[in-house]
Amino acid sequence: MIKLTVDDKEIEVEEGCTVLQACEMAGVEIPRFCYHDRLSIAGNCRMCLVEVKPGPPKPQASCALPATNGQIISTNSKMVRDARKGVMEFLLINHPLDCPICDQGGECDLQDQAMSFGSDKTRFLENKRAVEEKSMGPLIKTNMTRCIHCTRCVRFSTEVAGVNDLGALGRGESMEITTYLEKSIDSELSACVIDLCPVGALTSKPYAFNARPWELSHTETVDVMDAIGSNIRVDTKGNQVLRVLPRLNEDINEEWISDKTRYAIDGLKNQRLDKPYVRNENGSLEEADWDTAFNKIKDNIDKIKPNEIACLLGDLVDVEAAYVAKVLFQKLNVDNIDCRIDGAEIGEHGRAGYIFNSQINGIDEADALLIFGSNPRLEAPVLNARIRKRYLQGNFPISLIGENNNLTYPVNYLGSKSIDIEKLRDKKNIVYKTLMDAERPMIIVGMGALTDDSSQALFYELRELAEVFGVIKKDWNGFNVLHTSAGRTGALDVGCLPSKKGLSAKQIFSESENSSLSFIWLIGVDNKEVLNLKKPFVVYQGHHGDVGAHVADVILPGAAYTEKNCTYVNTEGRPQLLKQAVFPPGEAKEDWKILRAFSDYVNCKLPFDSLDTLREKIYSDFPHFEDTDIIKKSKLSKFGRKGKINDFEMKSPITNFYKTCSISRASETMSLCNEKLNGKIAAE
Amino acid sequence: MSNLTINTKDQFEFTFSKEAEKEIILILKKYPPKRKASAVMPLLDLAQREAGGWLPITALEAVAQKVGLAYMRVLEIASFYTMYNLNPVGKWHLQICGTTPCWLRGSDDILKAIYDTLQIKPNETSKNGDFTLTPVECLGACVNAPILQVNDDFYEDLDYDTTKKLIESLKKGTKPNVGSTKNRKSDPENGATVLLSIKGKKNA
Repeated sequence: MIKLTVDDKEIEVEEGCTVLQACEMAGVEIPRFCYHDRLSIAGNCRMCLVEVKPGPPKPQASCALPATNGQIISTNSKMVRDARKGVMEFLLINHPLDCPICDQGGECDLQDQAMSFGSDKTRFLENKRAVEEKSMGPLIKTNMTRCIHCTRCVRFSTEVAGVNDLGALGRGESMEITTYLEKSIDSELSACVIDLCPVGALTSKPYAFNARPWELSHTETVDVMDAIGSNIRVDTKGNQVLRVLPRLNEDINEEWISDKTRYAIDGLKNQRLDKPYVRNENGSLEEADWDTAFNKIKDNIDKIKPNEIACLLGDLVDVEAAYVAKVLFQKLNVDNIDCRIDGAEIGEHGRAGYIFNSQINGIDEADALLIFGSNPRLEAPVLNARIRKRYLQGNFPISLIGENNNLTYPVNYLGSKSIDIEKLRDKKNIVYKTLMDAERPMIIVGMGALTDDSSQALFYELRELAEVFGVIKKDWNGFNVLHTSAGRTGALDVGCLPSKKGLSAKQIFSESENSSLSFIWLIGVDNKEVLNLKKPFVVYQGHHGDVGAHVADVILPGAAYTEKNCTYVNTEGRPQLLKQAVFPPGEAKEDWKILRAFSDYVNCKLPFDSLDTLREKIYSDFPHFEDTDIIKKSKLSKFGRKGKINDFEMKSPITNFYKTCSISRASETMSLCNEKLNGKIAAE
Repeated sequence: MSNLTINTKDQFEFTFSKEAEKEIILILKKYPPKRKASAVMPLLDLAQREAGGWLPITALEAVAQKVGLAYMRVLEIASFYTMYNLNPVGKWHLQICGTTPCWLRGSDDILKAIYDTLQIKPNETSKNGDFTLTPVECLGACVNAPILQVNDDFYEDLDYDTTKKLIESLKKGTKPNVGSTKNRKSDPENGATVLLSIKGKKNA
């Protein structure tokens, strides 16, 4: 520990701290532009100057100065105030006075700090420099004349995102930040540079000139674009979601979110289902009221036996809806209920067999990693950044069996086939050695490995290997399943699985033509296989007119994730509460309310009329939901079935990062990204 | 100094010659294998000589591959240092120093002589493409100011007439002797005027 004095206050800080961090701990805020907790130290903005004794009789940049014993630091002496004023004057020399037309206005570090530390007038009468705008793709709007060269964006893209696309060209006054040959930034986290930019040089293109920060209402909620459950803040004006910003959560997303999380929101306005629809005799969908729609469904259900009925739950279904669906269809004696619409062979052998057991922050503690059948860069970009962060700290060998993509860190590649798992038993292989030598080895299994018919056998073999490598120990469980859909873990938690006699989603999709099924209720199911369901009567309940709505005979409009108070469980098994930011469009309702209302029609009235009574029910059946944000540790039981492993290519279910769910498919911004970044059109 | 605008129209396929490849091996030997990125500066210089006095993007990328750096990092380096040219230069690259000592000793006359003989101003290339004039800051030969650097060599103690003569002979393709046009070493022109009391220091 180091003892030092900050503004007459004595404090103790840990060794290795910088003076700036010491000042923060003493409760003194130091102005800064280039310094950022999660990036390397650059020390080039000079805004964080403080006076340090003993030392040279001049102000020093506190961000790059190590704290040492006995330092006396003044952060508010005349020397410091004058120095900051001077730095501010220099920074403003070439900064345009265009705050009234700048999107950063009102939430601009430079604006705020110029108010607190700057001078009230300018002495600069010469011409200001002007810099050409750069092209950085469909998400980032540039206005490089405003740039103060803090290089946060360059450091972010190099260090966190792991792409070397951004850089600073030239020197001195002619220095410019740009991308290599003005290409778009090839990263799923690229838009985080907008948050990092302390001025208005990099701003959000889709949000340009939409609103001022003081006009917006903020709702703190959680994202559902991937299974990580990134914490977000939804900013709304009226009944419109205008933007999404990350919220700090050290255990999950730190302070990053993916571009899809941030920009798929314009899909919430397009192709929405806002009224119930019923298919008429001519085969076209017709607007209807709720009563007509429910009666039509009732008529169809009444005619048939329970084993002809099935219910499938999609990727974006919340825990409340899943629970109510399960209770309702159990009461109707239906066995065919499933949430694993991609055919994943998981969920049958205890909770630890389908969650990310080590937790996301466990990556920081792990010392070897095997990625199996997953492409974390596309499936969970924020988690991938966490892996990269751990890789940069060194001593973290990463091995990969699965698609060989650029994951932004080097890997020992063993192949893409399921049978390449045998190589893990090869004692001469370097991967065997790295995993054996590790104290806390980690395995991440992706859906690419778990959706085959022989996945149970593969899973069993992986479980055996986990024992061999010591992945599961007394105080360490590094056996992790990485989901690709936000609703899956929650739906598995409440047990939305077929009973022993029931059909799984995979069977329903492949055998719907021949099976006895004549009625299927889809809750937000929008994958392509739905198009096979030609024979049965289909009820589609959801928020977007996507694949599922096309085959539906009755459509019931639901609420999207920004429009309801609900619970989602992320891939770690962490229940998180989502808060309603806006109202659903038209007559759309929360999914659980629709099911509850329908239960009256089939004479099995469900015993909850409000969200509170419903949650009470859920908590009494599944107590672990009560402690939101807390992960119930689960013991790893045996899972999988011993058997023959088929030889198949383990492909990640996500081939197109920008189009993975009904919301992102309806988003114009995501379509633009898809065109620009997935290579259909060359960069601007 | 518009070194930043990336030239797109004059790009060409770039590959290192056989001799250059040998040279690269020698250069890379000077650095530990893990730190081979440090070789980027000498390799850029080599590439610039190979490519005819400037660095097309293709050459930058060839260097980046040799030293294992990202393209952007190499471009940053090449754009930072004024001695790397990102735009084509003539056969004779004239770099005129305009920093205070040279300016006081008549660098403006040199500029005028160049304009009179070649009709080019700073940052321009003559019509036949043989000469490029680039203004630079201190070349570090202030004692024999003013200086004009022609490709790798310094011509010192220039004035209007000697510059004209120099350009004329360059036009013919012959390179006059480098160094001072007054055959001066690094001594004051009219003999020492200070520190006369130091023993052994006599007036020249």
